Amino acid sequence: MYAIGERINGMFKSVRGAIQERNPEAVHDLVRRQLEAGANCLDVNVGPAAADPLEAMEWLVKTIREVTKAPLAIDTTKPDVMRKGLELAGPGSVINSTKGQQEQLDIFVPMAVEYQASLIALTIDENGIPRDADGRSEIALRVVASGMEHGLEPDRLMIDAVILPVNVAQATPGHVLDTIRSVKVLSDPPPKTVLGLSNVSQGTQMRELINRTYLVMALAAGMDAAIVDVLDTELMDAMIAAELLMNRTVYADDFLKAYRASNRA
Amino acid sequence: MPLEMPVEKWAAAVNTVTIGATAAEGGTRKATVTIGGDTSLPFLHFEGKTPNRPAIAMEVLDVPPQNIAPPLESALGAVMADPVAWARKAVEEWGADAVCLRLLGAHPDQANRSPEECAQTVKAVLGAVSVPLIIWGCGQPEKDNEVMPRCSEVAGGENCLLGTASQNNYKTITAACMADGHKLITEAPLDINIQKQVNILVSEMGMDLSRIVMFQVTGGIGYGMEYAYSIMERTRLAALSGDRMLSMPMLAVVGPEAWKAKEARTPEEVAPQWGAAEERGVSWEATTATCFLHAGTNLLVMWHPRSAALVRKTIDSLMG
Repeated sequence: MYAIGERINGMFKSVRGAIQERNPEAVHDLVRRQLEAGANCLDVNVGPAAADPLEAMEWLVKTIREVTKAPLAIDTTKPDVMRKGLELAGPGSVINSTKGQQEQLDIFVPMAVEYQASLIALTIDENGIPRDADGRSEIALRVVASGMEHGLEPDRLMIDAVILPVNVAQATPGHVLDTIRSVKVLSDPPPKTVLGLSNVSQGTQMRELINRTYLVMALAAGMDAAIVDVLDTELMDAMIAAELLMNRTVYADDFLKAYRASNRA
Repeated sequence: MPLEMPVEKWAAAVNTVTIGATAAEGGTRKATVTIGGDTSLPFLHFEGKTPNRPAIAMEVLDVPPQNIAPPLESALGAVMADPVAWARKAVEEWGADAVCLRLLGAHPDQANRSPEECAQTVKAVLGAVSVPLIIWGCGQPEKDNEVMPRCSEVAGGENCLLGTASQNNYKTITAACMADGHKLITEAPLDINIQKQVNILVSEMGMDLSRIVMFQVTGGIGYGMEYAYSIMERTRLAALSGDRMLSMPMLAVVGPEAWKAKEARTPEEVAPQWGAAEERGVSWEATTATCFLHAGTNLLVMWHPRSAALVRKTIDSLMG
C-alpha cells in the first residue's frame, strides 16, 4: 500500500505552532519520524488557521525539502497554493485534492499534467457526496474521462470515495468498499484508489481499532493508497499483514521488518 | 495482423554484485565478474535490461571426487588430484569466468583438514588463477565455522564470494565476510520464505544487501528441477516488484546435481536405448543449466568443460 503520512497538517497544534513561529525543527522531526515509520509520501497541509496560506505552504515545503526528497501530497483546495506547493516539491508529487465537478477538474487535471503529479479526486460534486456507490462511481468515471482528455494516465489518478465517520453515516463504509471495487473496471490500466482513512473514526471511541479494521477491509477490496497516521504502529502492522495475506509480499518470519526495509521512501 | 508484445512494467531491479578485486581495487585479480542488474524476467530484451551476462564458475574440489561418472572423470583427468592444477585448467583451457573452490576436505568424514590447511589451499588457488574465487565450506556447520573465518582472512581484499550462510548458521561466516570485504552466499533449502528470512537475519548483522548472492539449492532435471525453478522464478518476480529482501542475484550449483542423475551416470552397456553415455551426462548438465538461466540464475557452478562450453554458447545467443 502506498502510505501517505497525514501528520504535517496545521490542524495539529504542534504543526500550527511550528508554522506560526517558522520553527523548522518540529517539521523536520515529523518528516523523519513518518518516513522511518514507513510513509511513502507525506501530506502537507497548512491548516485552516494559517494567516497567509500561500506563504505558509512555501515555507512548509521548503522546510521539508531541507531534509527529504520523498514525494509530497500538497493538501489544499486553493489552486494558487497548490501551484506553489507543486512548484517547490518537484515532479512526482500528489495533488490532494480536486472534487469531481467539471470546473474543478478543468483546473487540477491540467495542473497534474504540467507538474508531473498524481491527482487525488474526491467523489464529490456540485450536488455533494452521493448517497451510494453508484453515484460515487459516476463521478469517478467523469474524472477518468477528464484525465484521458488532458493526457493524464489513469494510473496517475487516485479516486477517493470519501469515507464519513461511522457514527454519522454507518452505511458509508460499505458504499466506499463497493466503489473501490467498481472503480477498477473504469479503464485499463485502472485508476488508483485512495482513502483519507482517519475520517472513518472521527468522533468515535476506539479510533485506532476502527481505523485499522477498516484499512484492512479496504485493502481487501482493492484499495491502493491511504492517507494515514503512519505513526500508529498497530495500524501499519495490520496493513503489512494484509499485504502478506493478499499474496502481495513473500512470507518470512520477520515479515514486518522485511516490509519496512523494502518500503522506505 | 501485427503482434503486439505484452510488456510488463516492473518497479525495481535485481541488485548488481561484483566478485573479485583488481590491483586497483585492493586485490590481485586480472578480471572481475559482475552479475545481476536485471530489470525484467531473463532475456526479455523488449521489456527490460539483462545488463550483465550470467557467469559460469567451474567447481574445483580440494579432495579428489569419489565415484564420479566415467565421462566426467575422463574429461577432468589427472587435475582432479590437485586443486591448483584443476583451477588453472578450468580457467586457462575451459574458460571459466570464476572458480568455485569447495573445501570438502575439511569435512570430519573426509580428510578433516584443519582451518590452516584449508587456508593454504585457498591461497594457492588464488595464486594460480587470476579470476574471482568462490570459497565454499564443507557443509558441516561446526567445522565451517572454524574453517571459513581463516579462509576469509587469507583471501582478504580479493572480494571473494563466500558460502554459505543458512538460517541456523549465519553469524560466523557473515562476520568474516564483513571483516574481510567479501560477498556472501545465503542459502535456503528450496524454501523462498526461509531464503527471505536468512537475508533479513544477515542484513540485521549489518551486511549490506548489495553484497549478497542467493542459493536456493539446485535440483537437476528429473530430480526436483521444477521446484527450484519455480522458487527462483517467484524470487525474481518478488525482486522486480520491489522486495528488497529478495532482490539479490541467484546462483545455481548445476554440475554436482546433474551428474548425480542416473540418466547422466548409467553406462551405455546397461542402458543402450539411452544413447551414448559420453553425450548424455553433458547434455543433462547443459540442459539443467539452461533451464536455470530462464528461471533467473545469474551465476552457474558447472563441472564438465563441454557442458560449460555449450551453455556459454547458449548465453551468447540469449544475450543477443
